[in-house]
Amino acid sequence: MEPFIQLQGTAAPLPRINIDTDAIIAVQHVYTLSKAGLGQYLFHRWRYAEDGSETREFVLNREPFRHASILVARANFGCGSSREHAVWALADFGFRSIIAPSFASIFYENCIKNGILPVTLPEDAVEELLAVLERNPGETVTVDLRSCQVVFPDRSIHAFEIDEARRDTLLQGLDPITLAESHEEDIAAYQRRDRQARPWVWAQRIDLMNRLS
Amino acid sequence: MTPRTLFQKLWDQHHIADLPGGESLIHIDRHLLYEITSAQAFEGLRSTGRAVRNPELTYGTTDHLISTDRGRGDDTVRGGKILIQAFRNNTREHAIRHFDVHDPQQGIVHVIAPELGIALPGITLVCGDSHTGTVGALGAWAWGIGTSSVEQVLATQTLAVRKPKTMRIHVDGVLGNGVTAKDLILFLIGQIGTAGATGYALELSGQAISAMPMEGRFTLCNMGVEAGARTTLIAPDDTTFDYVRGREFAPVGDAFEMAVSHWRGLASDEGATYDAELHFDASVVAPQVTWGTSPEQVAAIDALVPDPTQIEDKEEREAVQRAIEYMDIRPGVPLLGLKIDNVFIGSCTNSRISDLQAAAAVARGRKVAGHVRAIVVPGSMTVKREAEALGLDRIFLDAGFEWREPGCSMCAAVNSDRVAPGSRCVSTSNRNFEGRQGPGARTHLASPAVAAAAAIAGKLTDTRELGAS
Repeated sequence: MEPFIQLQGTAAPLPRINIDTDAIIAVQHVYTLSKAGLGQYLFHRWRYAEDGSETREFVLNREPFRHASILVARANFGCGSSREHAVWALADFGFRSIIAPSFASIFYENCIKNGILPVTLPEDAVEELLAVLERNPGETVTVDLRSCQVVFPDRSIHAFEIDEARRDTLLQGLDPITLAESHEEDIAAYQRRDRQARPWVWAQRIDLMNRLS
Repeated sequence: MTPRTLFQKLWDQHHIADLPGGESLIHIDRHLLYEITSAQAFEGLRSTGRAVRNPELTYGTTDHLISTDRGRGDDTVRGGKILIQAFRNNTREHAIRHFDVHDPQQGIVHVIAPELGIALPGITLVCGDSHTGTVGALGAWAWGIGTSSVEQVLATQTLAVRKPKTMRIHVDGVLGNGVTAKDLILFLIGQIGTAGATGYALELSGQAISAMPMEGRFTLCNMGVEAGARTTLIAPDDTTFDYVRGREFAPVGDAFEMAVSHWRGLASDEGATYDAELHFDASVVAPQVTWGTSPEQVAAIDALVPDPTQIEDKEEREAVQRAIEYMDIRPGVPLLGLKIDNVFIGSCTNSRISDLQAAAAVARGRKVAGHVRAIVVPGSMTVKREAEALGLDRIFLDAGFEWREPGCSMCAAVNSDRVAPGSRCVSTSNRNFEGRQGPGARTHLASPAVAAAAAIAGKLTDTRELGAS
């Protein structure tokens, strides 16, 4: 995974609350075996009219937001379905960071696993940023994961918090599966103990073997 | 010893190792898969040469994309067949038990997991679906994950987890006549909001919870995620054990008794503390219906559509305004009498036998209004057979409902069961987001009884006024 250290880029304002993963990518666009190419479907319902033409007023259809790498939205971003396709679509479009007052839990985790930094800032700071971006479209925002700071267009600095494990994952581009695999001995020992302590959890193995024999 | 909560006990039980940065490696006892959110995970295993570590703890079902037409096969919505067939190949290749399209136990993952005894009290269970918390009703720690995590569980049977805070919602009192688990959970979401329990493992307790049958408890825990709770739990008790006993994959004989004695120790200890505690009174809950595009936008069915001009908070006012426009309703107008076009009775929230019985009790001897398309989709093949043995299918068919094959169906509109643009649907499912039931669809969430009553009347109706048939 590509490490996330610092990002300076165009920030797109999307001042809505409770933006759900159905809105980020509609279910009819997840019939795919691949993670690639989903950016074209991002926010499809808001981005395109029924005849397939672009809706002029939607932020991502306006310059310079077509090339935005930071998305700014209101609270509870990414609620709803667990579909990771939502994050793959945001990433494929070009977003590498999302700033909001709060995120739904599964979505937040999906971001980390795909090298996208979800930044949680206080509500008044997000409102201020949304207002600045509406007034001066195309202003640059800097997100620095080393210092855990966001620099707004007016140079004001806003600190954010992220837990250490997730920060390390992003900074180093770590693969969580490799990390878990390094504990293979612990996992094997746990399972040996658990077969004794809670045999009913493992009873299906016998069931399965009976079935197959 | 320090008193522990139910969640803390489950955490301790499944803790394998501490990881750098404050996360812990947690063992996963059951991993459930379905055809959409697993495809890229299997592809990941293939590209990295990894195997499935514990296929015997892994189960699959085809539920989201599957057609609900009689005589169905792999054909479904355009583009769906390839995922159904890829899932079949993946589960075969990795020796995973799969309740496939023609399996007599196929059904919605969160319905069949407890129904077959795959989900048990005291276990950890994950699935690449946000409604996985459903089986927390058994006293299990169950939560929804993304596809990257599905891949990790396939490869290692573990997940790295940061310990959530704990919240308890205590519901005392007795639910009124005609008020169901669905009404209670919608009411609670309305009270605490869609992010009210974000970051928490949520435990439900109290008289109203203890008195609730197992299937109602599934409905409650199913929608915990709509209040932000990744996992929702209810302490296992005799209701739970009676439910689990005799299920196909549940332990039998001595193993079952041994399990029960373990499970009896799972309830939160006297004096255990939570990071947050809330109290509600069940007796004040009326039948609920959502009016907006978020599950928190909910009201008693005899209430009025809210007036955004009365809302001070700017964000909330805009959200309400947007929802009212999308839903094509008018501020200050009663919800009762709102004309509807569709009714959907089904989904992992409300497609179990007691849900179908509640709907059938309303539908019996009545007719669906001429302008309404109403469908009933049982949660599993097992539920379907049981309903047919009870004659519920006849009641629905005679009343003019469609009686369909099991699957997620019109809840998520993943297959071709959709609400037409601009149409209004009363649905027993869990999400009323814009476009959730199809582009432009307008969803009102409600209980099976309220949904059935709406189908008959052709408009939102108070079940309490319909009278006995």
